[in-house]
Amino acid sequence: MDGAVGFVEEPHVLAVDDNLIDRILVEKLLKNSSCKVTTAENGQRALEYLGLVENNQTSSNDNASKVNMIITDYCMPGMTGYELLKKIKESSVMKDVPVVIMSSENVPTRINKCLEEGAEMFMLKPLKFSDVKKLRCQFLCSSTVRAS
Amino acid sequence: MATVGQLQKQFVDFSTSLYREGFLDDQFIQLQKLQDESNPDFVFEVVSLFFEDSEKLLNNLAIALQQQVVDFKQVDAHVHQFKGSSSSIGAHRVKNMCVAFRNFCEEKNLDGCLRCLQQINHEYCLVKNKLENVFRLERQILEAGGTIPLIA
Repeated sequence: MDGAVGFVEEPHVLAVDDNLIDRILVEKLLKNSSCKVTTAENGQRALEYLGLVENNQTSSNDNASKVNMIITDYCMPGMTGYELLKKIKESSVMKDVPVVIMSSENVPTRINKCLEEGAEMFMLKPLKFSDVKKLRCQFLCSSTVRAS
Repeated sequence: MATVGQLQKQFVDFSTSLYREGFLDDQFIQLQKLQDESNPDFVFEVVSLFFEDSEKLLNNLAIALQQQVVDFKQVDAHVHQFKGSSSSIGAHRVKNMCVAFRNFCEEKNLDGCLRCLQQINHEYCLVKNKLENVFRLERQILEAGGTIPLIA
């Protein structure tokens, strides 16, 4: 995959959710859609995985460049999905990676806030297979995945 | 000893009653769609985790509501978790009880919360028993050499 542009057989998705059951489900949904999945149980861990700690704009490791999409829950203790979204958009290396926000609550102000901050999509939990298929096609198909 | 056919009928009748009576909703069907040959016990594993998680949450809720000064934010946080997992599993009645529970938390209504806790415990026990029965019937069908009918 080094230097190759375009076709990625197994896109890498970072899924963030504080609820264990939801983490397992989203992982399975993504794996069943041929995605490689890394899960994180909160925003801080997600940022650590991406090497984006200490308010650095650049990443201190390789992981950031390999992640093709981030899907995060909104309601999380410590750092909300919205706050995580902001940090990702502030980073020069991650700002173009699509971020999808999920929530079990349909709150229009919450949805708009996230979309305005640059989230690609807002999805209602629990996610279904058809939701993940939509994500896969829209954000992770060969023509939209950026080069590693 | 029941035949495969009889077991399958029992399974179908029992499962459809769970959906009809609102114990389970479409999300449980979604869960079953995730199960495949690479992960043949997926539903059982996730539901078992749900049971473990729920019992911890119910315990934490009981403790939180017994405090001298009840921290309703903390109670609400637990109920929010429970609502999330029960919704993800398809435990419909439990999820609905969580919604009611959260309203009482917002109102800081201790009596309402205590009543809800009792009801949620009850609903949880019911759905747990029913799911254990579903798994038992599945096992019996497989042991008798049959296949598990699809409930769509």
